[in-house]
Amino acid sequence: MLKTFIFGLILGVAAAAAALFFAPVVDQVRETSIIKVLPNGGNSETFHVNIPMDRVMSGSQSNSTQYPENLDWPTDPQFAGVSAELFKIRNERDTVIGVASRIAAKDEQHGTIIEWVLHIPARGSMYMSLQPQMLEGGIRRGELRSGSREFSNIAGIVSERWVADVSGEEGSPAGRIELVSSSVAFGDGS
Amino acid sequence: MTRYLLALIAGFVAGVMLFATLVYFNPITATAPLSPLLVGSNEIISLTYSVAADEAIVYSNNGERRVKPNPDRVQELWEAPIRRSSARAVVMRDAAGNTTGIGFKFASDSESTRLVNGEALSNSAWHVYLPGRGTFFMEQVENYWHYIRDIVVPAYWSSADSWKGNWNSTMTAGPGPLGSGRVSGGAGEFKGLVTAGIESLNAKAFSLSRGAVAVTGQLTIEVGTESEPDAADLEITD
Repeated sequence: MLKTFIFGLILGVAAAAAALFFAPVVDQVRETSIIKVLPNGGNSETFHVNIPMDRVMSGSQSNSTQYPENLDWPTDPQFAGVSAELFKIRNERDTVIGVASRIAAKDEQHGTIIEWVLHIPARGSMYMSLQPQMLEGGIRRGELRSGSREFSNIAGIVSERWVADVSGEEGSPAGRIELVSSSVAFGDGS
Repeated sequence: MTRYLLALIAGFVAGVMLFATLVYFNPITATAPLSPLLVGSNEIISLTYSVAADEAIVYSNNGERRVKPNPDRVQELWEAPIRRSSARAVVMRDAAGNTTGIGFKFASDSESTRLVNGEALSNSAWHVYLPGRGTFFMEQVENYWHYIRDIVVPAYWSSADSWKGNWNSTMTAGPGPLGSGRVSGGAGEFKGLVTAGIESLNAKAFSLSRGAVAVTGQLTIEVGTESEPDAADLEITD
């Protein structure tokens, strides 16, 4: 019987080791990426944020734009020209695939700063800097500065524009913020 | 026959428990490695923030975890692709405790997690704005194994469902060389900066119901001079 117990002991250790090693502790849900291949071999991908339903936070020292209403936004004078927002981000199928932050600041030292960080759990993060000037068609352009995992080792340009919803359907958003990234890889991704 | 079956089951259960004990007390994963950023002589920027969810400007997760979103009416991250993620906005402070900026932190459970190796990993990203100085982005892989083993599990064992002590550890475990995170500057004095950074925690109190109670996070960014490739130099068709 002692031999049986020892056999069970070894079996238990082996089973636990195998389960911990092979069974995934984390399995992130992945949405199929919708990526267009550009004529020069680069990739283009479109993301959007439906307003107001995808807004998680909107912080500024203007009470009219704060969300949620009971937000405790810092009143320090250095944040007077800062607007910071947190969103859920969607793909072209209108499925939520990640979260994103947008910082817009009128900095006394460095002028206007507009930036996004997109965090897509199953893929990685992207860091985008935009020019403050609005171009024809209400488009703001910028560059893809950095990224992680799937988005590491890529560089490219990005654009941001506001697209108003004209469907008039009940429950439809007021519009969406559309982000288009166009990128090329310059090294091995990891 | 029944006695042998019972012996086998008892042995199996004992084996599983023995393995769990070995993993928990694994001497190879006893301490987190000390980051060279903390002992190097290079110029660094140090920013601190409160990890407590109720001290954040905003903290959101899927709403089903013990730590609840703050403020209470904030949107929860309940959709399947983001339900193993959290997002927070916090006030960043300098070493003297002065408010110096705001930071967003996104964190997602990592599929590379291997508990058998002492790795409870999280992929996280920081987006930080320091008024008058500029912006930067930091990506990192964090290892919460030591935090879980030294704080969370003892809190479960405690009759008060809490932990108190003084615990310090580097959380960043990559993806940069020597276990550091990657930092990219965006605007202002950080524009073009590509350097290394780490996040560390100092914990003094943890509660199972509230999560981190007195836990301070610290971002340590090494100030480097290397420049990023300029996107304008790359031919891209829009």
